[in-house]
Amino acid sequence: MADNKMSARDLRAYFHKVEALHGVSLGFAANRVTAIIGPSGCGKSTLVRCLNRMHEVVPGATCAGQVLLDGEDIYAPAIDPVQVRRRVGMVFQKPTPFPTMSIEDNVAAGLKLNGIAVSRAERDRIVEESLRRAALWEEVKDRLKRPGASLSGGQQQRLCVARALAVEPEVLLMDEPCSALDPISTARIEELLLELKENFTIIIVTHNMQQAARCSDFTAFLYAGNLIEFGETKQIFTTPARRETEDYITGRFG
Amino acid sequence: MPRVKTRDFGVRAVGDRVFNLTTLAMALMILALLGGLTVELFSHALPSIKAFGFGFLTSTDWDPTTDLYGALPFIYGTVVSSVLALIIAVPLALGVALCLSEMAPAWLSRKIGFLVELLAAIPSVVYGLWGIFVAGPWLRDHLDPLLAKTFCFLPLFQGPQVSVSMLTASVILAIMVLPYISAVCTDVFRAVPSSQREAALALGATKWEMVRIAVLPYGVSGIIGAIILGLGRALGETIAVAMVIGNSPQISASLFMPSATLASVIANEFVEATSALNLSALFELGLVLLVLGLGLNIAARLMVYGATQRRFQKPT
Ligand SMILES: Nc1ncnc2c1ncn2[C@@H]1O[C@H](COP(=O)(O)OP(=O)(O)OP(=O)(O)O)[C@@H](O)[C@H]1O
Ligand SMILES: [Mg+2]
Repeated sequence: MADNKMSARDLRAYFHKVEALHGVSLGFAANRVTAIIGPSGCGKSTLVRCLNRMHEVVPGATCAGQVLLDGEDIYAPAIDPVQVRRRVGMVFQKPTPFPTMSIEDNVAAGLKLNGIAVSRAERDRIVEESLRRAALWEEVKDRLKRPGASLSGGQQQRLCVARALAVEPEVLLMDEPCSALDPISTARIEELLLELKENFTIIIVTHNMQQAARCSDFTAFLYAGNLIEFGETKQIFTTPARRETEDYITGRFG
Repeated sequence: MPRVKTRDFGVRAVGDRVFNLTTLAMALMILALLGGLTVELFSHALPSIKAFGFGFLTSTDWDPTTDLYGALPFIYGTVVSSVLALIIAVPLALGVALCLSEMAPAWLSRKIGFLVELLAAIPSVVYGLWGIFVAGPWLRDHLDPLLAKTFCFLPLFQGPQVSVSMLTASVILAIMVLPYISAVCTDVFRAVPSSQREAALALGATKWEMVRIAVLPYGVSGIIGAIILGLGRALGETIAVAMVIGNSPQISASLFMPSATLASVIANEFVEATSALNLSALFELGLVLLVLGLGLNIAARLMVYGATQRRFQKPT
């Protein structure tokens, strides 16, 4: 794991005075899928939100420690969080299309930001490519002008994936992207992960053990704000080193 | 078990019926009030309607000495002062609301919000006094010359500068409607789900870009609602306007000149109406004000409906 795209060093996250992450250190390999698993409330969302400085958006939320992106600390004083978020994209648990925007405007929403001007043709090309990557193009190509909210939940989630991809982030954070999806949409997203990792570094939070086993290269098990175990997915799921990990992945968790 | 269920259902049905009837009666009462008011206004206005017909709305004469009455100067004054007030107040109110909901820390936001709402608690007559003695002269001495110099090519800003004027009335009105619009907009912006804001931020939006792509579009129908509320207040505001607008039944291109509104002329002339026809004409002005208010409200509502339908469900 020499080429870590991102890594966290002794990362601690707080909500007001309460510490939700107690010093987490791990690396995320470039062009690989890293799954984060663990019981509800263990700090998975908090961890990924610290990776693109979304954690601090919540009132009273702070964090300490380092997060390196290409060896550079994203919490260094000179770093603009807006730039970090451009490089580290995010898909949320619940689909969040902009309800007043059309499908294509939703996908292109990030393009207009930060004064980046793209020509009409370029924009259309990016919209199509992003929708294709998110496996949504075939379903919506005839109704790009319709509102994003007119899609089904699963389609909306893929729309959000397309929207995140359109700005060409280097890292893609996905916080339980499939929790509201049916098995078919879930399978599509999983296929998508395998394609996307050619170009992106992917970090995915999931409650679904099979999903983590199927589509990730590395797995991190978090418990109560601590990183219990981290390693190659195959190893974690076949020969976990820690008792807690084994209990959790076999569903014997207390 | 089925018996229990039936009985429960029966009780609930009676409760529902009582509730339905009560609410229906209350809703009908509002309608009856509105209807009664309109009928009453109409019957008092009848002599004037008979005397002047449709010409009442288009005539610019308002002369109690010759008993000739026309409403156009007042309709003009009402519409222009209200619209101008909104033009001044809406950007300010949006700014205040965005500051309170997006920028200021919670403790400060609460305090400023309270102060802004306090503006709404100041009696109109106090605004009127302040307009006569402070704002009017200040505007005449400072703002009017500036506007006259900058926009000398616009007839709006030409001619003599008077302290009791359309402009003074509009500024006072703007300050009076500001707290209503900003309070509603603040609530509208606060109601935008944090998931929408986060979605924008996660795309790499700055704070202002987040406001532009997530907050404003989400709140657009609420913002229009707030503007309607402000418009309603501006149209009907009486005392403060009557005190600062100069009450001159004329249509002049210049905003520096005195004017009059439907509400202000009714308040001014009601007690000293010289003839039955004069009184009836004042009633007709009241009717016009009512119709104007209703009409603008309906138009604005249709606009909101159109905007939301188009945005959310447009089939192509
Ligand atoms: N806004 C908040 N304010 C205060 N505490 C919070 C907040 N959000 C999360 N927490 C706390 O931080 C801890 C970690 O929460 P987090 O959302 O990261 O859990 P999670 O692992 O993502 O859980 P889930 O699987 O249910 O999504 C929890 O104990 C939670 O109570
Ligand atoms: Mg979570």
